[in-house]
Amino acid sequence: MSELTDTTLVPGHQASNAELAAAKGPSKGSGPGKPRSLWGDAWYELRHRPLFWVSAVLLVLLLTIAAFPGLFTGADPRDGDLTNHFLTKPELSHFFQADWFGYDVQGRSIYARVIYGTRASIMVGVGVTAAVTLFGGLLGMLAGYFGGWIDSIVSRIVDIFFGLPFLLGSMVVLNAFTERKVYVVIAALAFLGWTTIARVMRSSVITAKQADYVTAARALGAGTTRILFRHVLPNALAPTIVVATISLGAYISAEATLSYLGLGLADPTISWGIDISSAKDAIRDNPHVMLFPAGMLSLTVFAFITLGDAVRDALDPKLR
Amino acid sequence: MADIKKDAAVDRSDDVQDATPNVTEVDTVDAVTEEAAVEAIEAPVERGEPILQVRNLVKHFPLTQGILFKRQIGAVKAVDGISFDLYQGETLGIVGESGCGKSTVAKLLMTLETATAGEVFFKGQDITKLSGRALRAVRRNIQMVFQDPYTSLNPRMTVGDIIGEPYEIHPEVAPKGDRRRRVQELLDVVGLNPEYINRYPHQFSGGQRQRIGIARGLALNPEVIICDEPVSALDVSVQAQVINLMEKLQDEFNLSYIFIAHDLSIVRHISDRVGVMYLGKMAEIGSDTEIYDHPTHPYTQALLSAVPVPDPESREGRERIILAGDVPSPANPPSGCRFRTRCWKAEDKCAKEVPLLAVPERFAGSDTPAAHESACHFAEEKDVVHA
Repeated sequence: MSELTDTTLVPGHQASNAELAAAKGPSKGSGPGKPRSLWGDAWYELRHRPLFWVSAVLLVLLLTIAAFPGLFTGADPRDGDLTNHFLTKPELSHFFQADWFGYDVQGRSIYARVIYGTRASIMVGVGVTAAVTLFGGLLGMLAGYFGGWIDSIVSRIVDIFFGLPFLLGSMVVLNAFTERKVYVVIAALAFLGWTTIARVMRSSVITAKQADYVTAARALGAGTTRILFRHVLPNALAPTIVVATISLGAYISAEATLSYLGLGLADPTISWGIDISSAKDAIRDNPHVMLFPAGMLSLTVFAFITLGDAVRDALDPKLR
Repeated sequence: MADIKKDAAVDRSDDVQDATPNVTEVDTVDAVTEEAAVEAIEAPVERGEPILQVRNLVKHFPLTQGILFKRQIGAVKAVDGISFDLYQGETLGIVGESGCGKSTVAKLLMTLETATAGEVFFKGQDITKLSGRALRAVRRNIQMVFQDPYTSLNPRMTVGDIIGEPYEIHPEVAPKGDRRRRVQELLDVVGLNPEYINRYPHQFSGGQRQRIGIARGLALNPEVIICDEPVSALDVSVQAQVINLMEKLQDEFNLSYIFIAHDLSIVRHISDRVGVMYLGKMAEIGSDTEIYDHPTHPYTQALLSAVPVPDPESREGRERIILAGDVPSPANPPSGCRFRTRCWKAEDKCAKEVPLLAVPERFAGSDTPAAHESACHFAEEKDVVHA
């Protein structure tokens, strides 16, 4: 390969200079011999978006907090010292101290609780998204590719689930559980949330399977597995990835909503939703008790949705 | 290179085909076992012998009504009884307007669609009834070049993966270590730089993409290539390059082409014989001179009279046949002759009797070029191109 440095066509074959120029054109940006795939193009596009970097930095920070909360605070989030009950005002100059954001009604450090609450929210968001993408994506792919009665059954089930209100439905499901751990909340939200992904996946698989390159593969004698995983899936994945990233933020806020209503995570677990809920009695005199967990929640949801937006723009060639 | 190249180029003269009839007797091979079928498919065919024989091929797409309880209320008769032969080493052009069933014929020959009725014999084996290893052997030997070079290449695969995929599906053709070299050879054969192996389809122009599609079609060393409008999505200047490449490859690899197109001049340029289709049926078939200079079917005459003539002098005296109305729906075709609703010669007989594709009686036994098969009760010669 390396000794063939001549970039012109092989002599003796007829191909115009125009064709040559057209081939050279798009590869200019990436330098000689370094082709970019469509994913490569998307990455190139992403790198040039400031919003992507804002959300990426935020997400790296949030993931680090979720993984190692002890790095960010020395205070114990469950240590309620009622003498601190009266020290509720935040000490904004005490960076990273236990009293940075003040104390809540039970005298627990709000800063420590915000830090330790990150893990539950991120786990719910990522967990629900992973479950929904796997399950909904698989069903949508099968329905879209095989059509016929499989499609009829899956589509009708999706229609039924689509009729159930997401929050009301998960409240009913969660109400049936007495011990509501993180995985129970994940299961309840995923149970009702998979339909969106299934629909998106189904429609993009239907588009992809009609492409000529799928017919070409069939004409070569390719089997179903090869067609699905080499040809259909890689070309149908982009919309699903976008919907998954954007709805990750929505799942985090759904968890907070459920916890606020007392139906999501329950007390020994630390979550922003629970803190927002317990702050509701103190909000008139001490609005900061709610401000900090709610602010962190909004920031996280913002980061995920912004990332989803940036990924969508980068993966959609029509917007370039 | 030597293992890809087959016999050396043979002189391509039209007169071999001029004498051959459209439909010859099928020499069926009774293959009891799968091995025997594969053996028959792999057997070589003499130049000028029929390699692909299509007999009364029918494809009806059912029209259904109702959501839960589907019932058939009719059928789109996309292909309705077509017979022709393809001889080894020749190019058979198939022309016709949009919706006449050309592409369905291609899909049926590729066994991408199941025929409603009729047979397709590849070296005496009916491919519509094959399965398993024998069908794989047929797939290896009949390949296709697609119309749209922008959608026929997977945008997420490199050129090397696209051209190399046939080897992954049929690993017996090339050992694993040999594949990359073969792909580079193929790129070289179709006039692309072998260095492009790691590039993606969107980095190429339309003409180059079609070359990639042709290289993929050549990978398995097929004997028949079905080209479904291979150049109609390309610029006129690039069309000529791709057509010339295809002619060169035909000589080099001893290929037989079925060339489907709606561009009459390109079909004349590349074809040895031409078949004209109208509404799922073959209207007329013969050598390129017979069809273009001595058409006897009114539809062929109308079609040819629409070909633009660049010379204003000769254009003046030319008669243009303008057909009235539209093509009837293939779901409800006219009785008798399909073309009678738009034909200026139509009489009662045309509504009652389906004209057979045969040499017209008035020319039978005579030596004129008009004596070729034409499905018309009132076939007569009319030179529309030169008039």
